[in-house]
Amino acid sequence: MTATLTHLQRLEAEAIHIIREVAAEADKPVMMYSVGKDSAVMLHLAKKAFYPSPPPFPLLHVDTTWKFKAMYDLREKAAQDAGMELIVYHNPEAQERGINPFDHGPLHTDMWKTEGLKQALDKYGFDAAFGGARRDEEKSRAKERVFSFRTSSHGWDPKNQRPELWNLYNAKKKKGESIRVFPISNWTELDVWQYIQLENIEIVPLYFAAPRPTFIYEGGLFMADDIERLEKVMGEKPEITTRSVRFRTLGCFPLTGAVESEASTLSEVIQETLLTTTSERQGRVIDKDAGGAGMEKKKQEGYF
Amino acid sequence: MTEQTTDAIYKTDSLIAEDIDAYLETHQHKSMLRFITCGSVDDGKSTLIGRLLYDSKMIFEDQLEALSNDSKKVGTQGQDIDFALLVDGLAAEREQGITIDVAYRFFNTEKRKFIVADCPGHEQYTRNMVTGASSADLAVVMIDARKGVLVQTRRHSYLCHLIGIKNIVLAVNKMDLVDYSQDVFDQIVADYAAFAEEIGIESFTAMPISGFKGDNITTAPSANTPWYDGPSLVEHLESVEVLADVAVDKPFRMPVQWVNRPNLDFRGFSGLIATGSIKPGDAVRALPSGKTSTVKSIVTFDGELDEAVAGQSVTITLNDEIDCSRGDVLCVADNPPETADQFEATLVWLNDEDMHVGRGYWLKLGTQTVSATVQQPKYRVDVNTMDELAAKTLSLNDIGVAEVYSDKPLVFEAYEQNRTLGGFILIDKITNATVAAGMLNFSLRRSQNVHWQATDITREHHANMKNQTPRVLWFTGLSGSGKSTIANEVEKKLSLMNRHTFLLDGDNVRHGLNKDLGFTEADRIENIRRVGEVARLMTDAGLIVLTAFISPFRAERQMVRSMLEDAEFIEIFVDTPLEVAEERDVKGLYKKARSGELKNFTGIDSPYEPPLNPEITVNTVEMTPEEAADHIIKQILPLK
Repeated sequence: MTATLTHLQRLEAEAIHIIREVAAEADKPVMMYSVGKDSAVMLHLAKKAFYPSPPPFPLLHVDTTWKFKAMYDLREKAAQDAGMELIVYHNPEAQERGINPFDHGPLHTDMWKTEGLKQALDKYGFDAAFGGARRDEEKSRAKERVFSFRTSSHGWDPKNQRPELWNLYNAKKKKGESIRVFPISNWTELDVWQYIQLENIEIVPLYFAAPRPTFIYEGGLFMADDIERLEKVMGEKPEITTRSVRFRTLGCFPLTGAVESEASTLSEVIQETLLTTTSERQGRVIDKDAGGAGMEKKKQEGYF
Repeated sequence: MTEQTTDAIYKTDSLIAEDIDAYLETHQHKSMLRFITCGSVDDGKSTLIGRLLYDSKMIFEDQLEALSNDSKKVGTQGQDIDFALLVDGLAAEREQGITIDVAYRFFNTEKRKFIVADCPGHEQYTRNMVTGASSADLAVVMIDARKGVLVQTRRHSYLCHLIGIKNIVLAVNKMDLVDYSQDVFDQIVADYAAFAEEIGIESFTAMPISGFKGDNITTAPSANTPWYDGPSLVEHLESVEVLADVAVDKPFRMPVQWVNRPNLDFRGFSGLIATGSIKPGDAVRALPSGKTSTVKSIVTFDGELDEAVAGQSVTITLNDEIDCSRGDVLCVADNPPETADQFEATLVWLNDEDMHVGRGYWLKLGTQTVSATVQQPKYRVDVNTMDELAAKTLSLNDIGVAEVYSDKPLVFEAYEQNRTLGGFILIDKITNATVAAGMLNFSLRRSQNVHWQATDITREHHANMKNQTPRVLWFTGLSGSGKSTIANEVEKKLSLMNRHTFLLDGDNVRHGLNKDLGFTEADRIENIRRVGEVARLMTDAGLIVLTAFISPFRAERQMVRSMLEDAEFIEIFVDTPLEVAEERDVKGLYKKARSGELKNFTGIDSPYEPPLNPEITVNTVEMTPEEAADHIIKQILPLK
């Protein structure tokens, strides 16, 4: 008998199988690409799934204009390396109204991301969208299917999910309805990190500790990625201090808390991740908006 | 928490801190086991999972803090931590204190990574439990030591066995509440053994535990159960053989997902290897075509492989150009699986709407999707007593055995031999819901021995002799809408144009071919199925067939459409509002239906589903039958 496959080999094979099923059964699939580490892993898996062909679908970044500069840099490069078309979408209404995380709170996520995503999917007629969400991230995600069915208004009904047996995925849907697909549902944060290390996947340098300009805002530690812009929306110049920080997760720079850290290599980052005593999404404001069921509520409204 | 439960975990921790690279090296080579926990509502499944996560440090401080607050607010353990709240993630579950849907959780030990699915205990969520069990290597069946083997224990054990889980752990939980009594434990094991034998479970591993106190979870024996000489739960989970490893020793099979054609010089077949292993040079066969070739290379992003095994996603190139596409199965040349179109299958019904005998559903098996019908169940199983009961249909959460007929041959193996080629789902063609999970038991002799007799005078020949293209003009509409009248007009016109036609009329057919059928939903489906088959035979003979049937259900009209060649089926919607049809009431049937004398009458107490996309619509309020017939002729003439 041949050597047993490791858990990462099995997870990889499962994700590739899922990605190929979507490419075979959906009319117009797209891969959501947020430039974070989970997106990086998902993109890498897509490249593997179709090699030597390029993945037969485009990448879609629903942008808020408030991402870290380093993320924008990697975004273009990653799409080019994969030989894939990159679609960047900005919600025109959010742009016009100048929606930002300081003045608008939860509306920022709602307008730029939730509404922006719906608009982008409708505009291009995508009927299946890959997302890099994992079941270990959050309680309601733990309950979500790999193929998560959405109504024509993009709603999610957690109490009425399609049964999902074996590795048989039902991709049938009516016109106008869509499916969100999560190929790395069964991966944990540690799996993602270890896979990045083993496969040598390029990620945004912000994941590694380095001296960076930071400020304290409402008790959280943030990076001043674009000081002029921050000053404009905050109405004052925040007090900038250089600290050695890194990010455990990447979103909009004013919403994503940094952690003080000296972990500058992948091994050190993983070590810190394993020894840490707080969960990964803790730095994100989004999950806590509506009490214990914040994410579940957001997803019912159409958030990824 | 007792000290013994945490030792193993802290050892791992220190390695993380001291030598992260060594830790990662170990972690990288871990295998993976998927298991489920099931059992009665309050047997402590969620608590056990919470405990496993807690002991393996998969709960972070912020989560623990939130958990501790939630426990005091809505927990069921007084001031203690209610681990169940970690696992029950949906708002409705937390409110009601029960598990509705499967939750997947993850933890590691030094040897393995685990994915655990916590399955709902309530009978009305059987479908969710089957979902969780379908991908599991092992099941932990929980029993409350104070309560013993309950109806739900039996049902869940039966479902685990049905879905083919070979490793069953009988976890007798809450031993702390029965003073760790060996007698209690032995009695429960004996009770369970008797039941297990009855339903065909060959072996199981029993262990006394306390999820709450931590006894025999990570190390065994606990000081409280010196009489127990088996492994701890975690030790056992670390050592059982996983399904994928067993699959490697079987013959090679790979359902083709996608044909990879980046350029004219490369043609690869991509898929996840279901069973067996494959090397370059191996002889393979593509089914259903049966064509053979040899493997040229096993292509991956990381370079070509010398060998690939069950559980790997690969792309295979062959030395010969053979016909092979999505839905086909690549297998070892000298030991291929069977191909058949009639089967006996065990079905688990997952949908609120009952099964419709004879209705066409999509059947997805591996990467094959075909249209299939289910016959009246041979029996359904009372999951609480294991009795086989007579049944006309299957309802939500029912388990039964029935014959399944597919419209195209399927490459398959018995589920017991091969989960990938034996497990399937049924999908409703209209709502697209996954309505059933099925397991193929065997193909029916009938289908093995009844082969298509090849005839020399082909359907093309028949059609050419008549100098026409066969069609089915399918008139659908309410009773009294004018289907028969218009169809009759159309046939007269076609006849004048020297076309060879035949009109199948609903009322007439019920005098002969279908006189054994009534007007229940099931009979109506069978009525249409038979008419569809007759119409198909007539198109084989080269005829233009006109049918005038109410045919109220979209699914049945779709079924007939899928029986025929592309573009042969022309759906004609005779659109007449109910008020108008009722006003006409040519046969006096509406009056009878309104008075209750006639049951299941379409439009009155039985629904009519108008076509969503008919090829032709005629509005009988605006057109006379003559005009309607002209309109139809005008539409179909360009089709030849």
